[in-house]
Amino acid sequence: MTASTPSVTPASGQTPARRFNWKRATLHGFLIVMSVIWLLPLLWALYTSLRPFSDTAQHGYVSIAHTLTLDNYVNAWNDAELIRYFFNTAVIVVPAVIIVLLLSSMLAFVLSRYSFKFNLAMLLLFLGLNMLPPQVLITPLYQMFRRQPELLYDQYMGIAIVHIAFQLGFCTFVLSNYMRTLPKELNEAALVDGASVWKTFYAIIMPLTRPAVAALAVLQVTWIYNDFFWALFLMSTGSKFPITSALNNLKGQYFVDMNLVAAASLLVALPTLIVFFALQKQFISGLTLGSTKG
Amino acid sequence: MVAIPTVVVTIFVIIPTLLSIIWSFGTWNGIGDPLSRTNWVGLWNYEILFTKYPFFWPAVQHNVIWLVWLAVLATPLGMFLAVLLDKNIRGTRFYQGALYMPVVLSLAIIGFIWGNLIYSPDQGFLNSLLGTTSSDDTFIDWLGNRDLNLWAVLVAASWRHVGYVMILYLAGLKAVDPSLREAAQIDGANERQTFFRVVFPVMRPINIVVVVITVIESLRAFDIVYVINKGLNGLELLSILVTNNIVGEGVRVGFGSAIAVVLLLLSLIPIITFLTRMLRDDSI
Repeated sequence: MTASTPSVTPASGQTPARRFNWKRATLHGFLIVMSVIWLLPLLWALYTSLRPFSDTAQHGYVSIAHTLTLDNYVNAWNDAELIRYFFNTAVIVVPAVIIVLLLSSMLAFVLSRYSFKFNLAMLLLFLGLNMLPPQVLITPLYQMFRRQPELLYDQYMGIAIVHIAFQLGFCTFVLSNYMRTLPKELNEAALVDGASVWKTFYAIIMPLTRPAVAALAVLQVTWIYNDFFWALFLMSTGSKFPITSALNNLKGQYFVDMNLVAAASLLVALPTLIVFFALQKQFISGLTLGSTKG
Repeated sequence: MVAIPTVVVTIFVIIPTLLSIIWSFGTWNGIGDPLSRTNWVGLWNYEILFTKYPFFWPAVQHNVIWLVWLAVLATPLGMFLAVLLDKNIRGTRFYQGALYMPVVLSLAIIGFIWGNLIYSPDQGFLNSLLGTTSSDDTFIDWLGNRDLNLWAVLVAASWRHVGYVMILYLAGLKAVDPSLREAAQIDGANERQTFFRVVFPVMRPINIVVVVITVIESLRAFDIVYVINKGLNGLELLSILVTNNIVGEGVRVGFGSAIAVVLLLLSLIPIITFLTRMLRDDSI
């Protein structure tokens, strides 16, 4: 079916010009209503965040704004020292994403290029475990972490390692599926040229896998940035919390009115909204690489 | 190349999973050495859980409601939107963008935004819009009312889930061979018949992924509820009950582990379904 004949049914003989328009109008009407509903919470947050508290106190939240200001953003940012929590998040996200992509690339390479039955069983196990709710593991992990206060408990490294372990299966699955689509002859050619396994990996296979790695990197940054759970139980010092876990605690102390809450929410959502606006393609292909072949 | 990832996953995922299972048969309270300080009591923790613990069955019920809500409302809505947007209509990029925007947000911040800005009794959007306020006590306590709060949370959770399902189906629909549709239409099938009899069955791999995601999401639900009220007062979930037994005074590792094992067993259903399908379809 081509673009020029969207929904005219060939079976009906007469030219249904009127009915066609009516159908399209309903379709667009429905989609516009849905889109507005879907955009409303964030637009509402944006609108509230731009109004001074005095304005909303006087006229109510559902009212026409008399003044717009960025003061709420400045205040939320400064009072709650948000920069500190963004920094905490970065200290966890950056190493975790780099290491998980490195490890899963190697694992996927071995699995897809030198497949053994054992490897396949291992991948299935890793992938299956990664799909578990994290609450299944939290009790033993908490006990383990408590016994390693220098390395794990209340440490950025501990949180990063848990993310690495918990994302490895998914990343390996996506990357090995991608690598399987590369021609087998590449390996043979490399072998004939005398390249070692390592060289085949980083000089031949990895450059070709770059699009999948990029998509996964965007997805993993978003997911790990968004994680709320692990730090909540595996960290104890509030000021070391990553931003997503810290937000709720900061509310009672610093975000005393809805205008500040709205500004803080959008500041915390901002990095992921940047992903949405700037890296949409990578994010979506990261999500769908795992669910479709190749 | 294989050793390091294997060690990491073994220490931080496999061993904890096994420990959850083992500890669920004992009474360790988290203090001291688990080997010497545990009474092994068989299925006692499970017996207490199923017969005495007042929050267990409500939590199961809430998880089931969560699943049914997603499966009956949110997932089909996402699929329906994908079908509408897969056509070459004007503005499809705008519609897709609007519907998919919440997918990049965490459920924690979704709980934060909806809980404070939409549902708040005093200053929330809904009560402000309805003109119901705390001054004359007419406000609707969306999150405090036990009969209402689960549904309010599910609406917020669906805000993200619908877009997620839509993206997966849009990818799936793009992969469907266009000649299949043409053939169906030449045979006189209308749009609905074409979709349900031809396109939908061909998308089987995506259908399985979406079903699995829907089930897993309803078992994994935690963040949004925890942000809103720590999972109390009508918002109990299995995942929340596990964490109630980890820290603080009431640490009962054995009992908490028993809840974790129930969660584990339930999660194995979608996980094994997914993995066996993957193996059978040779997608792994």
